[in-house]
Amino acid sequence: MKDQIAKPLLSVRDLSVSFSTDEGEVTALDRVDFDVFSGKTVGLVGESGCGKSVTAYSIMRLLPKPIGKVISGKVNFDGIDLLNLSPEKMREVRGNQIGMIFQEPMNALNPVQKIGAQLSEVFNIHKNITDHQAWLSSIEMLDAVGIPSPENRVHEYPHQLSGGMRQRVVIAMALACQPKLIIADEPTTALDVTVQAQILDLLKNLQKKSGSSILLITHDLGVIAETCDEVCVMYAGRIVEKGSTRKIFAQPKHLYTQDLLDSIPRLDGTPKKILKTIEGIVPSLLDLNNGCRFGPRSGREHTEAQLSERSPMREVSEGHWVEACPVCVEL
Amino acid sequence: MNAEEDFFQVKNLQVHFPVRGGVFKKAIGACKAVDGVSFSISKGQTVGLVGESGCGKSTLAKSIVQLVKPTAGELFFKGRLLVPGEGLTEYRKSVQMVFQDPAESLNSRMTVGAMVQEPMDIHRIGDKGGRLKRVERLLEQVGLPASSARRYPFEFSGGQRQRIGIARALALNPEFLVLDEPVSALDVSVQSQVLNLLMSLQQDLGLSYLLIAHDLAVVKHISDIIAVMYLGKMVEMGPSSEIYLNPRHAYTQALLSAIPIPDPSLKREKLIIPGDIPSPINPPEGCAYGHRVSATNYQESIQVESVWKKVGVDHWVLECPCCVSPL
Repeated sequence: MKDQIAKPLLSVRDLSVSFSTDEGEVTALDRVDFDVFSGKTVGLVGESGCGKSVTAYSIMRLLPKPIGKVISGKVNFDGIDLLNLSPEKMREVRGNQIGMIFQEPMNALNPVQKIGAQLSEVFNIHKNITDHQAWLSSIEMLDAVGIPSPENRVHEYPHQLSGGMRQRVVIAMALACQPKLIIADEPTTALDVTVQAQILDLLKNLQKKSGSSILLITHDLGVIAETCDEVCVMYAGRIVEKGSTRKIFAQPKHLYTQDLLDSIPRLDGTPKKILKTIEGIVPSLLDLNNGCRFGPRSGREHTEAQLSERSPMREVSEGHWVEACPVCVEL
Repeated sequence: MNAEEDFFQVKNLQVHFPVRGGVFKKAIGACKAVDGVSFSISKGQTVGLVGESGCGKSTLAKSIVQLVKPTAGELFFKGRLLVPGEGLTEYRKSVQMVFQDPAESLNSRMTVGAMVQEPMDIHRIGDKGGRLKRVERLLEQVGLPASSARRYPFEFSGGQRQRIGIARALALNPEFLVLDEPVSALDVSVQSQVLNLLMSLQQDLGLSYLLIAHDLAVVKHISDIIAVMYLGKMVEMGPSSEIYLNPRHAYTQALLSAIPIPDPSLKREKLIIPGDIPSPINPPEGCAYGHRVSATNYQESIQVESVWKKVGVDHWVLECPCCVSPL
């Protein structure tokens, strides 16, 4: 495939992140490894606490200091080693070359500043233009994300907009400098399905126009299926399976991916059928084993060694990788 | 109508909140959160209620359990009209509610046992020893160890907390549960555990459910009847497979189309609804949905009074010249 010869826009290699808490050091990410190619949408999917957002925050170097730190690994973005960049240089990348869309638009916007002022700030910082030009560009951006009568909206405050409109403003801010990569952290989770459909459609159209890549974080497998070219399934700080969306949904190899897909009710499914469940809860980061982390919940017998020693990632078919625990994966 | 269908009935229910303004905070308008809703639930049946946020789902639920006083309309439970102040205690015993966010609906300073026992204390059911026994049995019934009674909510995960909320709702042996988004705060793998629990409790205890959820896949999975609400009004109601296969109202069609389906090989044309749900304080004239999507026949809807029309077996739709195409 051509993609594999081309260099990825973003490559995350063996990224491990730890947090120091009152109860001790916890590993939030354990050797996370994936690529995002130019113009593609890659999804990170998993349950709460699996490390999806920590991955995004590590790439953006927004981990809370001093409790969170990267202990190993590399993040390469367009030839730049992001983890070793000076804070000043990193600020130039953030918002300019990598845009970020946050989950809760009300928290991502400043409640006491006008929409126009918040948008202009992006241009003032990254582009060498006058305030007036920045204001005009803000209006243009609002128009591009489908906000009606943008010349009036720039004078409004976030509380005057609906949830969907606020998320459009956040998207406008993330896209203002035409970044090559957009990191969207649960961009539609706080929204209604109808507004979610609008926002996903908008993101797809903007991506088509600008050719940028998207790293989409979500817990909704339906959103992944409809928007992503590739998907990484995360569990307890690790990627347990990754590959093209079609392959992962058609032939999931890891037991966790299979169980996750089976446990969601489907519109076309048999009504009132007892759903597949995964026993127990997502493990606490404080007591993680080193081997197969899904083992204790899998309902299948694991040996002591399988629970204490991590199995390597194995390529089961072209571009489809899985953490090859011999119990959870039938090869 | 036979006795089965008479189990629970809502007739033309309205909940209007006053909008106050001016110097003396006089009511200058009304927010019509629920505007003339009628439906009925049979014994052992699940009715799923869907709609966008702000359409009045939760207000309807709260008015059913009498946490909000309806402005107008009638509630019938087992054929008896509910009169405020009369027999309300009995009614509350039989109709209980499970709330959306288990973290917020549990008292963090009470033990789980005390919380599950509280309804029995209030209604003076059994003696002390009997209540304690019942608490343990209830906890086991929802899949928690009996020893949980001595612990506090923070010691439990989200899914377990929701089980506690369900155990508390079951304490008085209710016949009807109103479930307000019971699984939306939960992870996918835990969501299926709670849904299975709800389905098995219904079978064992013969409960009726009014399930409110924004996830149509969840609603369709466990409901017999699906009701769709838009801006305080019920726009369509019918057997869940019928609503799914043959939706008649344009809003139901668009809502179904907006749901992302976890199957990447499926290619479908999406109906994207523009804009947001309008404010119930100042709703547009005529058909509110037709106004939002600028439907071609919208003008006609201003002149006609929309009526509830039967279009199939148990399948009803709010007739409207712009949103429902004639058969």
